[in-house]
Amino acid sequence: MNTTTTVVKPQPAKKPQVQKEDAMWLQKELLAKNYGELASARADNRKVSATFVPGNLNELLMCFNFARSLPETNALQNGMRKKSGKMIMDAERDGHSEDVCTYVKSDLGMMMGGEIGPTGEVLPKPDILLLSYTGCFTFMKWFELIRHKYGCETVMLHVPYQAEGRIAPNMREYVVKQLKETVIPTLERVSGVKFDIDRLRQYMRESAKAEEDLVAVLQSAKNRPSPIDGYFGAVYYIGPIFTAFRGTPEATQYYHVLRGEIEQRMREGKGPITPDGEMGEEKYRLVVEGPPNWTSFREFWKMFYDEGAVVVSSTYAKVGGLYDFGFRHDPENPLESLADYCLGCYTNLNLPSRVDMICKYIDEYQADGLLINSIKSCNSFSAGQLLILREVEKRTGKPAAFIETDLVDPRYFSAANVKNRLESYFQMVKQKRGSATGEPMVISNAARH
Amino acid sequence: MTMIPPVTAIIERCQALFDDLDFTAVKQWKAAAPGRRAIGYMPVYVPRELIHAAGMLPVGILGGGDQLEVIQGDAYYQSYICRIPRSTLELGLTGRLDCLDGMLFPSICDVIRNLSGMWQLLFKDKYVRYFDVPQNYVDSIGGNFYIQEMQVLREDLGKLRGAAIGDDELNASIAVYNDNRAAIRELYAYRAAKPWQAPTSEVYLLLRAGMVLPPEEHTPLVREYIAATDAVERPKRDNARVVINGAFCEQPPLGLIKSIEMSGCYIVDDDFVLVTRWLLDDVPADANPLKELSKAFLHRSATTAAKYETTKEEKGVFLMQQVKTGAAEGVIFAAPSFCDPALLERPMLQDVLKKHGIPYTAFKYAENTGQMAPIREQSGTFADSIKLWSAA
Ligand code: SF4
Ligand code: SF4
Repeated sequence: MNTTTTVVKPQPAKKPQVQKEDAMWLQKELLAKNYGELASARADNRKVSATFVPGNLNELLMCFNFARSLPETNALQNGMRKKSGKMIMDAERDGHSEDVCTYVKSDLGMMMGGEIGPTGEVLPKPDILLLSYTGCFTFMKWFELIRHKYGCETVMLHVPYQAEGRIAPNMREYVVKQLKETVIPTLERVSGVKFDIDRLRQYMRESAKAEEDLVAVLQSAKNRPSPIDGYFGAVYYIGPIFTAFRGTPEATQYYHVLRGEIEQRMREGKGPITPDGEMGEEKYRLVVEGPPNWTSFREFWKMFYDEGAVVVSSTYAKVGGLYDFGFRHDPENPLESLADYCLGCYTNLNLPSRVDMICKYIDEYQADGLLINSIKSCNSFSAGQLLILREVEKRTGKPAAFIETDLVDPRYFSAANVKNRLESYFQMVKQKRGSATGEPMVISNAARH
Repeated sequence: MTMIPPVTAIIERCQALFDDLDFTAVKQWKAAAPGRRAIGYMPVYVPRELIHAAGMLPVGILGGGDQLEVIQGDAYYQSYICRIPRSTLELGLTGRLDCLDGMLFPSICDVIRNLSGMWQLLFKDKYVRYFDVPQNYVDSIGGNFYIQEMQVLREDLGKLRGAAIGDDELNASIAVYNDNRAAIRELYAYRAAKPWQAPTSEVYLLLRAGMVLPPEEHTPLVREYIAATDAVERPKRDNARVVINGAFCEQPPLGLIKSIEMSGCYIVDDDFVLVTRWLLDDVPADANPLKELSKAFLHRSATTAAKYETTKEEKGVFLMQQVKTGAAEGVIFAAPSFCDPALLERPMLQDVLKKHGIPYTAFKYAENTGQMAPIREQSGTFADSIKLWSAA
């Protein structure tokens, strides 16, 4: 049985006039509904799970009727709402180092502040922390810290790293075995719900449909002009599928509507929609590596669209799965497919694979170059990015540039520095177009106060 | 002619090995017989038995320390990433690691993990392997995975030397390392009993010698040191007995260890060069070798921030044991700057110590930290406060 409620149709009064906004509206509803479900979980007698975005097992968690929280999403939502700065400082006052990942500190700060979530509702303490150890070591410490402070039970799903650029059979076996013998029995015990593999298959069928539509949306950026922004816009598009909604009919519907809208824009030869409306002429096509900054998200995006720069593809839009390279949840082999999903997310790929992927994007999306947004918090993404930059430049001959910001720590977003850097980068792209033998861009260091 | 006391001679030899960033000892070992190979490994742990069984020299690469000028390495790392990957790259890019025929990057954190891929890109002609270790401690699950990972390494090394590695060879190497671990345990027990006789600055150098010497040479050296230092009475001071925690990957400069000692602390336990003490007791050397190495890893190995603890109750147990066995009066948390694992672990461990009434202090360092005065002052104040409280 699917316990998630059916899709909340937009209210006619609020429903926007133009069709393009339907998907956005649907997404807002989805998000609000999830926070609502979390807030009322105790009253509704539902157990609560928390897990991480990369390689998350949403379909599996739904099999046990959990209300599902994703601490990274809470942190980024708090960042966008400019609430994370205080949370981080509270965590630092509580003894956390200024050096460590700010997602963790934002989450711990939120818990210290009475667990008031991004929408203002109080979030319940999770009954189970599903520690899917995928693509990031900090995840482990993060949940150990929550467990230490709040006594929540933790269950580990260790996902081996694709160090050789492929999934070896023993890696898949290891993950499946953990699912069967550790994760599923724990989820059964904590939830009191018996595992039903057919229910899992049903959710996975829904996932695959949505995944198909998402890929069509992301690949629409191969067109000129691109009808989407594959970074700033894509973070909205990936929201439902990378979080608590993948596998629900609502998510499937969302992606269906979204795809329709994007294909319509494509037919009309339109560029992306920005917070300020339709984007002007497409002057630069970029590939971006690294997560965005959330505390100044709009300001950051504006620096791009004001200059006519559109991001045609980004690695961040693949943190929750490399669907564009063919992966789909497979209901015929549910557990193996869940394992492949976990193993395949972007930050679980080795550096050579990441370089290959970026070069492929530059080629297939006819990009002018690569921009790396290096995140202070995130060793998983950031360690090695300067080599990625060199390699991509060397292989593609396209200019690359490097900026430094943070995810949710407002102290590490220096608008003036980032803007300067971007402007000179765009200049360089322009020059490079003029001459076939442009010099690669000199890399310089941190954009910070 | 004045005779150098044996203990001094041993430490001078270790110091020379430590200072030699060109790994001359490794080159000499290789040159001593044709076809010899050396395989490097980074912290925290790799089963060195496998390398040894292939007839190769396992070489611990623990960064460049404070004597290496890092120029190229810095161009690969942002300012907010710890030092060890950049100095290790510097060693590689300046040709100092050319004597290594391969490098192993154990699963410890995202930085070392990503460094394995950088190595694949930058040193294409060398054998490179990311060595994954399980975070699931059930024999039939994490154990099987680990055995398979070791099997891959075993086969790779076998291919490198041109002949498969037999169980008998592995068992022989397990025995060699059992003896090495026993010697290190003796050294640690000796230091905990008489810390004035075995200063940690010396103990540390002995451990570091084990990163470049073959175990057959290192094990007797450790035992010779114990005997030699025991033969020379050294002054006993009323120092505070402390455990160091957090230094399991990027190593502190030797000067920092000396500063802590000079400020009035006896280090009675630590997590330096953990590979030498990762497995806590003897691994049976007469059974299925990979199975036994796996069991030792899963059930009888040290704890560090890079290793998952399955329940809340386990957190801090290992550290508390170190405190108890070493009769320590306090803990110094010394972590590398920007080290997520160590710095995120710290508040949990501090909380456990608080519950047990064990005093602690904390600071950060980098392998090239030059200014020791603030650290000396902090650990001195800490030692004084311990003494004050114990006197009260
Ligand atoms: S280190 Fe990166 S991937 Fe890991 S929790 Fe922090 S932001 Fe996320
Ligand atoms: S010092 Fe810490 S952050 Fe740096 S590589 Fe080692 S474990 Fe990772």
